[in-house]
Amino acid sequence: MSDDPREALERVARVRGIRGAMLVSAADGLVLADVLIEGLDGRPVAALAASLASRLQRATGGAGLRSPVFLQLRAERGALLAVPAGVELLVVAIADSDANVGLARIEMRDAAERLA
Amino acid sequence: MRAIEPWVEGPLLTFLDESAARITLLMTASGQVVAQHGFLRSLDVMAAAALGAGIMASTEALARLMSSTGFDALVQQGSRQGMFLAGFDTPRGRWVGLVVYGPETSVGIVQLFFERMVTALVSATPERQPPSTVLADNFEHELNASLRALFGR
Repeated sequence: MSDDPREALERVARVRGIRGAMLVSAADGLVLADVLIEGLDGRPVAALAASLASRLQRATGGAGLRSPVFLQLRAERGALLAVPAGVELLVVAIADSDANVGLARIEMRDAAERLA
Repeated sequence: MRAIEPWVEGPLLTFLDESAARITLLMTASGQVVAQHGFLRSLDVMAAAALGAGIMASTEALARLMSSTGFDALVQQGSRQGMFLAGFDTPRGRWVGLVVYGPETSVGIVQLFFERMVTALVSATPERQPPSTVLADNFEHELNASLRALFGR
């Protein structure tokens, strides 16, 4: 890890509509660092996002598309965003439905490059 | 999956479905088996229960030495599978869960659904019945009934 994770996550969390950002161990699904709004438990999101990312990676690999570079799971009230940071880490963000996902994606990819 | 107490089955089945654990063993803190999934031989269950309870007792003693209140869980990660061992309180006393999982899942998933299983077990625990007297002449019958519940024979 080449940079301060908290600083990188704070940049992601400052984007409009982002409720929190986490650095997650891709293999374990455990939270390594987080910046979350109060009352939001990131552990279940981290565990399930890492599991989802792992399965999608196998799916895209199986289809000959190589690894995903950005995941966006849209739900009724928001979205779950994830960007792999190297092979071991994952930057995960929880977004409201009105979040600026484009800017969040740029900040997440920047954070992933700095933290990989 | 086999359980001595039927009310354990629901929460344990949900945990097995959600976590994709290969082996799960629920036991009391003293090593008495409550439920098991994934073991084929009764001897293995007894040995795992004794070892799991022993490890939990050791880590709790270690925590006391380190002036800590105790460890919630112990995770041992191998290259092909990992082991998750955690103690938790129930209305029936302290229990221990031992979970073996493979690369098809993760410790985060196991931990997440284990915590949910504990919550479900605590709320599913029935009122304790007054303990029946175990007499010498029905001891063997009760022991065999427990073994049948756990191993189906």
